[in-house]
Amino acid sequence: MPEVIVENVHKSFGALEVLKGVSLSVERGEVFALIGRSGSGKSTLLRCMNGLEKINSGRIEIAGHALGEDAKALRKLRTDVGIVFQSYNLFPHLTVGENIMLAPRIVKDVAKAKAREVTREVLQLVGLSEKFESYPDQLSGGQQQRVAIARSLAMRPKVMLFDEVTSALDPELTEEVLMVMEQLARDGMTMILVTHEMGFARRVATQTIFMHKGKIWEHGPSAALFANPQTPELHQFVKSDVK
Amino acid sequence: MSYTFQFGVLAQYQDQILSGIWLTIKISVLSIILGCAAGIVLASVRSIWGGAVRLLVDAYVEIIRNTPFLVQLFIVYFGLPGLGLRVGADTAALIGMTINLAAYSTEIIRAGTEAIHKSQIEAGEALGFTRFQIYRHVIIVPAIAKVYPALCSQFVLMMLASSICSAISTQELAASAAFIESQTYRSFEIYIAVTLIYLALALALRAVLALIGIWLFGRRIARKTMTALPEVQA
Amino acid sequence: MTLKTFGLDQFGFLLYSLQWTILLTVIALIGGGLLGFAVALARTSQLKPVRIAAASYIQIIQGIPVLMILFLSYYGLSLAGFELPPLIAAGASMTIYASGYLAEIWQGCIQAVPKQQWEASESLAMTRLQQYRYVVLPQAMRISLPPTVGFAVQVVKNTSITSIIGFVELARAGQPINNATFQPFRVFLAVAALYFVVCYPLSQLSRLLERRLHAGSNR
Repeated sequence: MPEVIVENVHKSFGALEVLKGVSLSVERGEVFALIGRSGSGKSTLLRCMNGLEKINSGRIEIAGHALGEDAKALRKLRTDVGIVFQSYNLFPHLTVGENIMLAPRIVKDVAKAKAREVTREVLQLVGLSEKFESYPDQLSGGQQQRVAIARSLAMRPKVMLFDEVTSALDPELTEEVLMVMEQLARDGMTMILVTHEMGFARRVATQTIFMHKGKIWEHGPSAALFANPQTPELHQFVKSDVK
Repeated sequence: MSYTFQFGVLAQYQDQILSGIWLTIKISVLSIILGCAAGIVLASVRSIWGGAVRLLVDAYVEIIRNTPFLVQLFIVYFGLPGLGLRVGADTAALIGMTINLAAYSTEIIRAGTEAIHKSQIEAGEALGFTRFQIYRHVIIVPAIAKVYPALCSQFVLMMLASSICSAISTQELAASAAFIESQTYRSFEIYIAVTLIYLALALALRAVLALIGIWLFGRRIARKTMTALPEVQA
Repeated sequence: MTLKTFGLDQFGFLLYSLQWTILLTVIALIGGGLLGFAVALARTSQLKPVRIAAASYIQIIQGIPVLMILFLSYYGLSLAGFELPPLIAAGASMTIYASGYLAEIWQGCIQAVPKQQWEASESLAMTRLQQYRYVVLPQAMRISLPPTVGFAVQVVKNTSITSIIGFVELARAGQPINNATFQPFRVFLAVAALYFVVCYPLSQLSRLLERRLHAGSNR
């Protein structure tokens, strides 16, 4: 049974239809990259998957939870689905350690000692063990983003969503974040990422989806998709990408 | 509780209420015009002349903003005659309100001028403007446009605070209410009615100020006028 | 009172009545703070009717004179059969007045917390209550400090209005002294000076906090 099922999803903002019937399924341990121009609907699709945007019709099932209206069920789903944003969104009034421990403590009722242990572990995973007591504004953008990833991982998610997580970063900082993500992928995390990093998508993603005008325009194993675009739109998109 | 509301009683005091409304409008509008003009002048001389003038203006602003309007009215109404200046209750109200509003306007406009970007002033200098010309065209007018919503909120607060003038026997709306109350003892009805009138006056004043804002600065500023949070209160 | 000139004794009386001004201010800030906080939360509620009700409350309180709030609570409560000491009527009306303004100030502070903070905490499966408690309010509180202290100055000054219904605080205390001494200019100048001594440091504190907030980090 797939870890993520998206079935004929439609989503509009007012009169503007951004998703026009999108379907996909992701098996456990797979890494999906969503690529496409801005406005193609890829970020909206990702945000629909953990209920940040409400879909108009269709069905989404993720980590064994059906996405619905019920607030409690939605919270249950979110404990199993992590998301990392472009703008990190760390809590500025809390230290790195507190940022990471907060949700496990109050949402999952994890004991304090255990939460600290988990925090140390995920911080080590992203290579920031020494930053436990630092505040977010004392960190570089790349470090903040790694903390944001660690914060999500501390919830022990089954699926991780990444929404253009390196778009706000300088190239050298981008690399350190991508390395953490690649490690995650190797460890078998199910991941869906919206990205502009074509090289990364090609190398790390098992499948790549090219979105265009609110639809899945082209879809296939990453290597084949990049090597052999079937549509003129993807051909154009891959060619124009300099990275 | 056996109290029955009798709003009908108010009808026979229509004239009192109307004359109260009229005086409230009159002193409010006059003090807004005078206070705002004084604020523009004071904010300007403070900035252009600097030095002792600046200190004096700042002292005036701080003293007024850190003392109650009611006490300011007392000083004007009860205090000035002691210095040989006798003023009527209406005039005292107008003087008190103008002095008060001038201080707030000065402060608000000053904050606006300080938000003007330095590069714009340098652009003015580069065009060979005199200091006065720069101040007028590059600083004061954009500054007022910027703080217009805050100014308007202050104007509305001043209109509402004019009710305090009833304490020095100015026969404005709140004083009319007190008078009718003393005649009829229908205190709750009269104060509910008068409160609603103030609410209507406040909404009307905001609407008029928004229209003036559109006329002066265009639509974007005016929209904020209807909802802006007053920075300070009289 | 058989006072002849405005001297030390009279100044002492003013100083004594200043405590009522301060007490009333504290009551207004605590009561108005609690009520205003509830209204601010209602203003940022997800339910539209609740938001509209809170917005109307704020608009109405800010659209009527403090004096009318005072009269309405004074006469309204006595109408309901309560024989009220002026302190209670004054405290109740100052509470209502303060709540209307604090609600708007704090609503603004809550809304100044970026939308992404809501999204991030929501995505971590927090309930709405947890989002307020652990993420949004701590950040809003920092922003709210300067305008709240600034508003305290307005409350101190506006407590003077309660003298109109006979509550003996600082402004009221000046009147009998004035009647006895016939030195209104001196008396009310002294009254004003005492208000200034309380308000000016608060105003400066508000400014200092504001500068610190802009200069400082996000913590």
